[in-house]
Amino acid sequence: MKGSYKAKRTAGNVIAYIILILISIIWLFPFVGLVLQSFRSYATEYGGMVDYLVPKAFSLDNYKFLFDLSQTNYLLWYRNTIVIAFFVTLFQTIVVLCVSYALSRMRFTGRTFLMRFWLILGMFPGFLTMICLYFLLKQFGLTQAGAIPGLILVSVASSGMGYYVCKGYFDTIPKALDEAARIDGATRSKIFFVMTIPMSKPIIIYTALVAFMAPWCDYVFASYVAFGHDSSYNVAVGMTRWVWTNDYQGYFTRFCAGGVLVAIPVTLLFMFLQKYYVEGVTGGAVKG
Amino acid sequence: MAQGTDNKKTGALSEFFKAFGRGFKDIGVTFAEGDWKTKLSYLIFGFGPLLRGQFVTGAALLACEALFIWFMTGFGWKYLSKIATLGTVATKKVGRKTVYGDNSFLILLFGVLAIFAVIALIAVWYINIRVNRKEELILKSGKKLPSNRDVIASLFDKNFDKTLLALPVTGIFIFTVLPIVFMILVAFTNYDKNHQSPTNLFTWVGFENFKNLVSFSGAGIGSTFVHVLLWTLVWAFFATFTNYFLGLAVAMLINKKGIKFQKLWRTILVMTIAVPQFVSLLYVMKMFANDGLINGYLLKWGIIKNYIPFWTDPVLARITIIVVNIWIGIPYMMLIATGLLMNIPEDLYESARIDGANPWQMFRSITLPYMLFVTGPFLLTQFTGNLNNFNVIYLLTQGKPQSVNLAEKAGNTDLLITWLYKMTVNDTNYRMAAVIGIMVFVVTAVISLVVYNMLPSVRDEEGFQ
Repeated sequence: MKGSYKAKRTAGNVIAYIILILISIIWLFPFVGLVLQSFRSYATEYGGMVDYLVPKAFSLDNYKFLFDLSQTNYLLWYRNTIVIAFFVTLFQTIVVLCVSYALSRMRFTGRTFLMRFWLILGMFPGFLTMICLYFLLKQFGLTQAGAIPGLILVSVASSGMGYYVCKGYFDTIPKALDEAARIDGATRSKIFFVMTIPMSKPIIIYTALVAFMAPWCDYVFASYVAFGHDSSYNVAVGMTRWVWTNDYQGYFTRFCAGGVLVAIPVTLLFMFLQKYYVEGVTGGAVKG
Repeated sequence: MAQGTDNKKTGALSEFFKAFGRGFKDIGVTFAEGDWKTKLSYLIFGFGPLLRGQFVTGAALLACEALFIWFMTGFGWKYLSKIATLGTVATKKVGRKTVYGDNSFLILLFGVLAIFAVIALIAVWYINIRVNRKEELILKSGKKLPSNRDVIASLFDKNFDKTLLALPVTGIFIFTVLPIVFMILVAFTNYDKNHQSPTNLFTWVGFENFKNLVSFSGAGIGSTFVHVLLWTLVWAFFATFTNYFLGLAVAMLINKKGIKFQKLWRTILVMTIAVPQFVSLLYVMKMFANDGLINGYLLKWGIIKNYIPFWTDPVLARITIIVVNIWIGIPYMMLIATGLLMNIPEDLYESARIDGANPWQMFRSITLPYMLFVTGPFLLTQFTGNLNNFNVIYLLTQGKPQSVNLAEKAGNTDLLITWLYKMTVNDTNYRMAAVIGIMVFVVTAVISLVVYNMLPSVRDEEGFQ
């Protein structure tokens, strides 16, 4: 009896391993393909779509192209994206922490109204306001050439509404701690800076990580604000054109190379901080 | 249940009117009982506090009034006065020079801003009266007013919330509230490619755009709207539940007793979250293209004679999108489920096993109910998120394949949100884009409200605890 149970379990595990290996292949295939095709030369082989995966000859032509400012603004786009991601991360984290602390710890008139109002605002599709934001930014000269500060401004300005996960975390810090500190004469701001923030390392890292990853994918608004001004594109806007526009057919391998260069730092950072990300999403999912 | 919420609503409403009444009474009483400083404060904000030595409070109030007057006389009034018509003077060409007339866009935008400014002014005015009243009462009772230093210090202690929220709330107002109100109003105008400011004027048209949306004859886009809306709902349903159940299955597979390298499997899956979507999705899009890798290999190996039109056949495109979305979505659900599965007490399974339950029965009666209970709100946010899942659709198909039966250049895989985007960017048909935006809001809000009240974890908070 016991033997058959064990045999059944081994058989089950073998099937499980087979499924997991199949899943891994499916999940990794596009990334392997991306890397392999980035080594196919656009000059000596062909830069467009082909029906084989491994290039006939390995070459770094695509990467050389990307680093050549006389041929493409890729390096500029890359720098733009890093600048945007850096400042958005910095300011967004600060804003989210401030809002979360106020909503979690302080009780003031209009608190529930504010939370409900923001919840309803969040139900409007973001792109609805795109043209209005564009003209608002244009008034301040923050489009086209000034698109980068403009994009930072817009991302940061409405980031206060994304307080849920962080507030949920603050709610789990016992209020008794705050009260004890207040009895000892600490002001609210002192409690915030000296006690709450140091205790919230995981959620700060989560907030910063999510904020950092978003600008790398921002195609929609970035392409609208920077329209026609090549040097203020971010990587998503610049490289998307290589794939979509038909004149750029031969740019596919260059897109792959550019994609690899974008994916490497972001993926490494993510993998490195994965633990905090998992904590954040799980907490957020359960509390809703 | 409905009765309860109804009662609560009328309760809140009457509470609101009561508060309103109290406010008016306050204003009257303060004026009647106040001294001349208070009375003058009704016109000059912060006059009373300033004379009573409360420089910080007084100056802040006065600054608000000054700012309002500067804004209104500067340009607010210029725009607000034209908001009823949105401008009458068209831009003309006189000789070779362009003489600019009214700019309907700016009239609407700054008109709305001016209306908000008036509301804010009334609020500040009321606060100003309350401050005067409070100060008088303190002085009457023989106590001292707080010093200016105390007032500033309170911003970091008792009133720290105001300091913390001031900038975020202002930011959200300017970059979210104002644009949303503006776009809602655009839905009632004829702002489109024939009425582009500053060269052309646009004006109010009432409910014409909404009529156009639900009209099924002639130039109406009713049938297209229904078509897109249905696909949006179908897509959100499949995207949410395929990811949910498959993600759960993968999580259970990795959590299975005796499976090694759990961390490795998870890390492999998490790659799709880590790599920016525009890279991975665009690559996958090219992989499934007619001249892409998959068709290439299938042709080479002789499995198929002609390429499979993954993106160009309407039905196949929809299926491919949902499949690719599984690739994107499973890891996310897997991460969440892994943590939650560990919370289920092991002895529940143990006793089930003793009772002779098979794995499927255990899943049906232990795992699934628990997961559904805990992740109810998450499922709801996933569903509403998928209704507006722009990236997956737009990066994969851009809403294509096009269809001749659909109006306004909608494609077969267009969601409401991608349709809205195309209308805005490609066609500058802002009037209909605004209407669609409002519809997206209505759909999201209705689904959220209905489902939220049905969630077991909302109805019964104590369950499973």
